[in-house]
Order: sequence, then C-alpha cells, then structure tokens
Amino acid sequence: MRNITKTFGTIVANDDVSLDIYKGEILSLLGENGSGKTTLMNMLSGIYYPDAGQILINGQPVTISSPREAFEYGIGMIHQHFKLVDVFSAAENIVLGLEEEGRLDLVRAGERIRKICDTYGFDVDPTQKIYNMSVSQKQTVEIVKVLYRGADILILDEPTAVLTPQETERLFAVLRNMKKDGKTVVIITHKLHEVEEISDRVAVLRKGKYIGDMITSQTNAQEMTNMMVGREVSLNIERPEPVNPRPRIRVDGLTVRSADNVLKLDDVTFTVNSGEILGIAGISGCGQKELLESIAGLQKVESGTISFVNNDGSEESLIGKDPLQIAEMGVSLSFVPEDRLGMGLVGSMDLTDNMMLRSFRRGRSVFTDRKTPKKLAEKVVDELEVNTPGVSTPVRRLSGGNVQKVLVGREIASSPTVLLSAYAVRGLDINSSYTIYDLLNQQKKDGVAVVYVGEDLDVLLELCDRILVLCSGRVSGIVPGKEADKNKVGLMMTRLGGGDSDE
Amino acid sequence: MSKANREPLIHITKRKEMDWKQAWIIRVISIVCALIVCALVTMVMTGQDPLSIFGAILEGAFGTERKLWILGKETAVLLCVSVAMAPAFRMKFWNLGGEGQMLIGAWLTAACMIYLGGKVPSVVIILISLIGAIAIGAVWAGIPAFFKAKWNTNEVLFTLMMNYVAIQLVAYYIIIWENPKGSFNVGIINQSTRDGWLPYIGSFQYLLNILVVAAVTVLMYVYLQYSKHGYEIAVVGESQSTARYVGIKVDRVIIRTLLVSGGICGLCGFLMVAGTDHTITTTLAGGRGFLGILVAWLAQFNSLAMVLVSLLLCVMSRGAGEISTDYGLNQSFGDILTGIILFFIIGSEFFINYRINVRGSDKVIKEAKSAGPEGGLH
Amino acid sequence: MFDLFAFIPRAIVQGIPLLFGCTGETISEKAGSLNLGIPGVMYVGGICGVIGAFLYEQSADGNVQAFPAIAIPLLACLAGSLLMGLLFSVLTITLRVNQNVVGLAMTTFGVGIGNFFGGSLIKLTGSDVPSIILSSTSAYFSKTLPFAHSTGIFGKLVLSYGFLAYVAVIIAIITAYVLKRTRVGLQLRAVGENPATADAAGVNITKYKYMATCIGCMIAGLGGLYYVMDYASGVWTNDAFGDRGWLAIALVIFTLWRPNVAIFGSFLFGGLCILYLFIPTGTEMAVKELYKMLPYVVTIIVLILTGMRNKRENQPPESLGLPYFREDR
Repeated sequence: MRNITKTFGTIVANDDVSLDIYKGEILSLLGENGSGKTTLMNMLSGIYYPDAGQILINGQPVTISSPREAFEYGIGMIHQHFKLVDVFSAAENIVLGLEEEGRLDLVRAGERIRKICDTYGFDVDPTQKIYNMSVSQKQTVEIVKVLYRGADILILDEPTAVLTPQETERLFAVLRNMKKDGKTVVIITHKLHEVEEISDRVAVLRKGKYIGDMITSQTNAQEMTNMMVGREVSLNIERPEPVNPRPRIRVDGLTVRSADNVLKLDDVTFTVNSGEILGIAGISGCGQKELLESIAGLQKVESGTISFVNNDGSEESLIGKDPLQIAEMGVSLSFVPEDRLGMGLVGSMDLTDNMMLRSFRRGRSVFTDRKTPKKLAEKVVDELEVNTPGVSTPVRRLSGGNVQKVLVGREIASSPTVLLSAYAVRGLDINSSYTIYDLLNQQKKDGVAVVYVGEDLDVLLELCDRILVLCSGRVSGIVPGKEADKNKVGLMMTRLGGGDSDE
Repeated sequence: MSKANREPLIHITKRKEMDWKQAWIIRVISIVCALIVCALVTMVMTGQDPLSIFGAILEGAFGTERKLWILGKETAVLLCVSVAMAPAFRMKFWNLGGEGQMLIGAWLTAACMIYLGGKVPSVVIILISLIGAIAIGAVWAGIPAFFKAKWNTNEVLFTLMMNYVAIQLVAYYIIIWENPKGSFNVGIINQSTRDGWLPYIGSFQYLLNILVVAAVTVLMYVYLQYSKHGYEIAVVGESQSTARYVGIKVDRVIIRTLLVSGGICGLCGFLMVAGTDHTITTTLAGGRGFLGILVAWLAQFNSLAMVLVSLLLCVMSRGAGEISTDYGLNQSFGDILTGIILFFIIGSEFFINYRINVRGSDKVIKEAKSAGPEGGLH
Repeated sequence: MFDLFAFIPRAIVQGIPLLFGCTGETISEKAGSLNLGIPGVMYVGGICGVIGAFLYEQSADGNVQAFPAIAIPLLACLAGSLLMGLLFSVLTITLRVNQNVVGLAMTTFGVGIGNFFGGSLIKLTGSDVPSIILSSTSAYFSKTLPFAHSTGIFGKLVLSYGFLAYVAVIIAIITAYVLKRTRVGLQLRAVGENPATADAAGVNITKYKYMATCIGCMIAGLGGLYYVMDYASGVWTNDAFGDRGWLAIALVIFTLWRPNVAIFGSFLFGGLCILYLFIPTGTEMAVKELYKMLPYVVTIIVLILTGMRNKRENQPPESLGLPYFREDR
C-alpha cells in the first residue's frame, strides 16, 4: 500500500500511509483506538475506497472497490462485527453470495468445510445454526468463510477482543497453521502480549500516521508502547486540588454479564470521591459502558454492590433500582452517555424539549412546562456558547460539539452530586473539548463526584485526580493522576497489572 | 489507476432535514400532479374535458346543503380515525386494527340500544354505550399492545387479525338481531322510540358528530403537544433507549397509548351508530380504519394537515361518486382516484427524505420540480 | 351426520385461493417485504382475468377454443398482478416509502380497480343481475382431471379440481424447494434476514427484492383468477372475493413462512371457513359466523405462541418491513 490517504469529512483517518505486507508472514498492526488501523485494512478489503494513494499486489497496481473484488485478489477480512445471518447454518452462511457452478449442494460444501477445518485445526459443524453458536464459533465461521473463498491474505480486526484466553490460544494455533500453509495473516490489535506471541513483524500506526515497523523478536513491549502512544504531550489542562474529598459511591465486587452471557465486568471494586475526578482508562469495550450504566441503574447486575454514601456517612444501595427510583431516593445522579443521540438526547426534538427529558415529570400538572426548560436551553446556549440557530432547532442538526454541550449542559443543570461521563470529548474539536474540561473541573470544585471515561491518555493524565485502569472487565490498577506515567498506564490497559505493580 | 472513478451515476443520500416550507411545496405539487392524472384518467373514461370533470367533483362534494352535510359527516369519521391513529403512530406502533376497534365500539353501542331500549331513559343508554364503546375499543387495541410490550409480538399482524375477529363477532350478532328475520340486516334500531340516539342540534343531524370530532381533534393535539403523556410517547417513539435512560417505563407507555388510540376508535364507532347510522353492518368501518392510518402517516402528526388530508380524500370520493352517477360509471371509481392521489403523496415523501446526487455535480437536481410526477407513477 | 368426503373437496377449493396468496406473500416476506397490498393484488388478478376472458368471449363469438380461453385470462391476470408488484416495488424498494402505508393504499386501490371494472363490465353486458357470467371460458378452467368421476372416493378427493388447483400445489412445493434448497432461495432469505450481510456477500439486494415482490404478486394474482374462473364458475360479483386476501396473510403467519406447510394450512383454513355448512342442522344460523372467526383466532394464537417461545426458525424474517439503505450502516 502506497501513500494511502482517507478522510471522513474533516477527520483524516489515514494520512499518507505506506505499508508492506509480505507473503507468508503474520503481521500485527498496532495502534490505539482511532489510530486508523481498521480504516486502512477496510481499504484493502474493498469496504472503503482510498481518496489518494494506490494498492499494489505482487507489484501490480490494482483497484479494489468491493469485498467481492478483494476476494478475487485473495484478500479476505474478518470484521469485529460479524456479518452472519443468524438463522442460517454455518454452511449456508459460508456459501452465501458465491456464484458457483451447478446447484446448491450443502453436503458437498460441508465436506469442503470439513476439509478446510482439518487442514488448519478448526472445529466447525457445518449444519449448526449461527444463533446456537458462541462468539468464538461465529468467528471461526467467518474465518472459514474467507478461506472457502480461497483467500491468501487474511485480515483479522481485533479478533481476540471477544475471546477467552483459551479461545485465543486456539485461534493463534490456527493462525500459525495458516502461516505454515503459506497464507499471509494481518492481525489488528492493541494488545502487546498478543503481538509478541503471534506475529513475525509489527507495524505501528498513531493518529492516522504510519510510525514504523519492527521485527517482533527484536523489540520489546516498552519500545512498542512508546511508538504506539508517542511522547507525552502537554495539554495544559487545569487540575485544581480536590477540596475535602469524601467517599460518594462505593462499588464492591461488581460483576455484570451481557445479554449473550459474556462476562463484561468481573469483580470490580473502587470508590468515587466527592470533589474529585476519577478517570477510567481502558481499551474500548472493556466494560466502561457497563460500569457507568450499572451505577446509573440501566444495567442488570449479576453480583456485587453499588452504594451511594450520604453526607452523614449512611449508605444506600443503588442495585436493582431504575433511574426514576434513584432520583426518587434523592440521589442527584447525572449521566452523559457515550451514544449522545441514541441515548442521551432525542435527535428530532429541539433543544427545549431535550432539556425537559430529565425534568418533565416535575409538578402535578398533566401538562408539560416548557417555559423553564426553554429558559434553561437559552442559558445553556448562552453560557456554553452553543452554536445553534435557536432553541427550537432539532439537536440532530447541530454539530457534534454543540450536541455534547447541550447534553452536558442539561446534565449539570440539575446540580448533581454524581456526574458520570463517557467519552465526553469524542469527536469534538479542541475548543469544545476545553470547554468540557472546564465544566467538569467546575463541577469538581462544587464538590461533585465526577467519573470521566476517556480514551485519550494525555487528557486522562492531566485532568483526573485518580485513574482507574480497566483491562477486559477487571481492574488493572488505580493510579494517582499526578504521578501516573503514560507508558505504564498504556501497559496496564493491555495487561492486567501492567506487568509490574503500580500500587 | 484504470478505474479511478467508480462512483455510481446516481447516488442517493439521506437528507438531514428539509424545512417545512419546502416540504409542503413538494407535497402540494404532488397533489396537483395527482389531480391532473386523476383528470386524465377520468377523461379517458368519460370523454369529458378536465374542467367539467373538476366542476362535477366540486358539485358532488359541495353542490347542495345536504351534500355539504354529508361531506362534513364523512370527513368527521375519517378524521376521527386518523386522530385515533396519531398517538400510536407517534410511538411508531403500527395500529392496523382501527377497523376492528371502530366496529367493536359500534357493536357495543348497538347492543346497548337494542337491549336497554325502552327499559332505561335514552340519556342513560347514551352514557352507558359511550363509556362502553370507548372501553371496548381500548381493550381491542390494548390486547395486541400488551403482547407487544411483554413479548414483542408483531403488532402489524396482530392488530390486523383483530379486525376480522371483530367483524365475525358483529356478523354473529347481526344474525341474532336481524330485523326482519333472514335479511342479514339489523335495520334502524329503535326507529320509533329513538332510544339511545344522539340528539340533533337544532335540525342538523350531523352537527353533533362533527363537533365531537372537532373537539377530539383539538384535545388530541393538546395531548400530544403539551401533555406529559404526549411527551413520553414522543420520546418512546424516537428512541426507546433514551426513554429508559430518563426512567420512562416503556411497556407501560405502549399499553397506555394504545388504550387511548383504541378508545377513540371505539368512540368513532359509537358516533356512527348512535349519531348517524342507527344501525350496524359488518362494513360499517368501510376501510376507513386503514385509510385513517394513511391520513395520519401523510399528515405526520400535524392536526391541521390531518383535517386537510381527510377533507381532500372525502371531497375526491364524494366527487367521484358524482362523476360516476353523471357519466354512468361505477361507484368504485372513487377508490381508484383515491388510490392515485395516495400514491402521489406517498411517493413525494421520498423526495422530502432523500437527496439525489448525480455524479459530477454536487447540486441536488431539480428536487421540487420533479417531485410530483416521479413520485407517483413510474 | 358429518360427511367428511363432501367436506374435504369443498375445504380444498376454498383453500386454493388462500394457498396462492400465501405462497406469493411468503416469497415477498422472505425477501423482507411485508406486502399488505396482497388483497388488492388478488382483486386485480381476478378482474384482469375476467377482462381477458370477457374480451375473448366477445371476439370469439361463441366459438371458444380451449387454448386461448385459458391463455388469455391467465396472461391478463399475470400482467395485472405484475404491474401491482412493480408499483409496490418502486415505492418501497426504490423510493423507500414505508411498506405498510404502500400496502394499505394498494389494497384500497386494487379493490377499487376490481370493483370498478367489474361494475363497468356488468353495465356493458346490460345484465339484470349484478354479475358477469363467463361460463364458456370458465368451463376450461374448472375442467376436472380425467377419471375424476369414475374412480370413486379417490377421484372425488384428489382428481376433481380444475388445473389451477394443481398449479397452486405445485407452485407451493417448488417455492418451498427453491427457498430451502437452492442458491437463489438462500440468497433471497439472506436478503430478508440481514440485508447488510447479504450485501457484503455480494448479493444484489434491489434485484432480489424486486424479483421476490413481483413474482410473489403474480402468484397471488393467480389466486384471484382461480377464485373467479373456477371456484365461482366464471361469475364475477363485486366484493364477492371478500377478505380472502387478509386470510392469505394470516395463513403466512400460521404456516410460519413455509409454503409446503401452507398446502395443508390452506386446506385447513378453507375447512374452517366452511365448517359452519357441515355442523349439524338445528344449530342457530348465527353460530356459523363465529366459526368463520376461527382462522383468525388460530392465527393470533400462533402469533402469540411463537412470540413467547421465541424459537428462532419460527420468527418472521428479521428485517421484515424495513427498507434497506446501504449508507445507514
């Protein structure tokens, strides 16, 4: 791949990236979230089309504009979100879309599938229905699907994110078998130990740019982390000293499973203090969402306790209560969710109506009071400098930063005692981001217990008083913000405890 | 790069939002185009020039005082059903059971009139049948809503089936109530005593119905726009996860809203039996349960638009009736014209929600101009 | 005395229009299009057949031949239903308008067309009764198989129907086979279940949806044709077709989207529809209307039970009723 550039709107996902992939190797593509790994590989597999640059296969320039064309060049990609039809059997999914000669013969297809499985050591029952399969089985079907189409280059997008350690081991064994068979494997990941374990070579991307590549056996975790996270950048975010912090929320042994029975949080224990910002760091999908939603009363909890600590030291449990009941307890809990327009706000409603979401029940009247929310909307627009034609504009029409200001503005308007925020600055420009940091700091000064889930380590390190690092649903450690070292936190995100202890 | 530009010739993208003025211009244009096509079809059928055809339509709808009253009555019924559908729609719940909910309300009214007639004062009959009709209509809609809320049963199919359960139930009672025997016809109920009949206002038989529907329309507007319930309905319709996030009980809102929707349908059935028809047939709803859905959908919860669309459809159907008598055509001619108009307005929604980009130019091509004709018939 | 041998053939002829409608709707729904316009399509199919037969009888002037008597109404019926299918497809697939809305409008429109042309033809013939009688063409449609009357009970139960009845069963069997066993069927089902996946696998979503909807409509239209030309012996009366279209949609749910099951399902529904004729005399006339309720009640029960049991194979296609827009991904 030569000089590849791809932009989405104003965001440059890949900036002049050149990458070589050799036949018969296992290459790790390493980088933080949003560093452009997946985008780059999507261009190789025909999902996206590059804005500039070119792709050469065996020295020949080629055009790949659909997944089907990618298959013709022997390139197949296994995406993070499986593309499988649930009610079909494995074999049906595998042959779907193939234009083979003759009639559909699932028995013969099944035999071919078994043969592929035997070659590489998979275990797939061609007649089993997808909805009866575990996540790792589904992934296997995806891999077989690609091999069935005769792919020589396999791209796997974070394949281990959904697997247990044993399943990961099995997958790696299969990948090694493929390598022996002369296939090329590209594995997108941000887990260093996996890079070390499986790959021959590692290439690193950071913020859409190609940083460099190394032979895995000649490097170490520290060097890779340095390349991945880059040098520490000074952002000059204010961090006032916490005033009189006291426990506000105690989480003890929290365990949560998702609807499809995947362990999302495993025995998580920590305390949130008033008057401080607790940062939560971790690779995305490591349980941050479940953690916040458990506290906010939106998540079914398997075991463990979450209790709210009153000023007089008495504790009340939040487990098993819905948001309304929590509010009725007198706990003023605000939550800025990750999915702003899908959960926090209603896109088609205007600013005023969105301000009402939290407060519309107030008062005994059967009618809604729109005057107060309208004033609030005007106040938010005014104070947070929301760029909008007016308070009766549907929020969907606002830009991301302004949407976020509206959401945060509403959530802090109820003068909360606890403020949960997930990826509060995602997709925001620099100025809007600083506005949000200031708002959070203001809340902290007012004695609010703030939880900040973030993905940018630089921000977490400068903004937060303490940082809780999650790794695959478990607490990898809690470090003070002032003393935390970026590389160490980075390591803790990928390995439980970060290899060596920080506590 | 041999095949550098692979972008397709016509590329369709979703519009963010079109301002309402532009949207209405497109809608009006599509209606005008629909009327032109209607006139052409009528021309082919009758050989008359378009002007006299429209003259006949207007004559049929507004020609005499009596025709005007009938138009008002018909519009009121259609509007009432559309209003009933509005809250369910707002919640994105497809209540296709309007026919059945109306009919079952009508059935209860007829039952009250027959069984209580002569035994209790007329006012009492009216009150009992009013309350009963609303309640049973609500129940008829509440059953599918309950299953939707608890087990996510497909509401489109469920409400649809409930219609025919109601129709057969009514058919059963029509035979029991037959008058005279063997006619499969109930006849005018309590013709001499007028027990359970709604009173005329002055000498106007249809006025009370029209007033009640007007009041219901206004109330529904207020309910959806200004009440807390209306707000909850809107949030649930837009995003159930947002609703849960702010602590709205989604299943409760679904059931409650359908009770309201079905209740108004029941009320509509009551008005038709006690107010105008004084009899009951299995075809009492006459497809208006379905037509009401279309009206509510086309009007996009806008009450004024609902009035206008109902009126337009009723004018066309009355007018088509006039044309059919004048030129010896079949009464169903009206359904065809209604269908043409509906397809045009329905098609125009595409041009409101999507933007067409042609390769090589970022400009939106002639959206307003082409909306109408391309919207309907292709 | 309940006469089973009289009952079964009558149940079957009642069921055949439903079978056509159900098979057509199943194909359409398997590709994700919930076509509520099927009742209208069946009306249009019926009236187009009637128009074809009428014109042919007029031009043939008493000299009616077997081949054109069958071919002309058949082709007219298929063409009419195809047009309806195209209308639905353009509006829902290309213009992405809500399927329920288009379907309901199409039912209004289709029933209107049926009754309008039916009424016009009745007027043309100047007949006293409000119906058109096309007995000479109909005779070819309702011709039974050979030996139907000489083979006793077997002949009566199996051989005594017009050719369209056998066509209905054959189409249902072929459809079931195609859906389950062929590549086209596999891809069609994938389109209805998960269009994004099918799209990624290189299946042309638009093509499959158009094909499924149009073929589905043509098959359903045959149901209308069978009803007039065979069941009603060539007599068209306005509104006589009644609610059979909705019953066909109910049958789709009842049979859990399986055309092979629909063969027996349609006979069962047909039986439920005419059961009242066979219940012992002396029962009150009104009760028969309650018997007619049975197919719908049974469908509701099936709908509830499948919803509660939540077995994946028995659910409606996952993206049923939803438009597919690639850029929504």
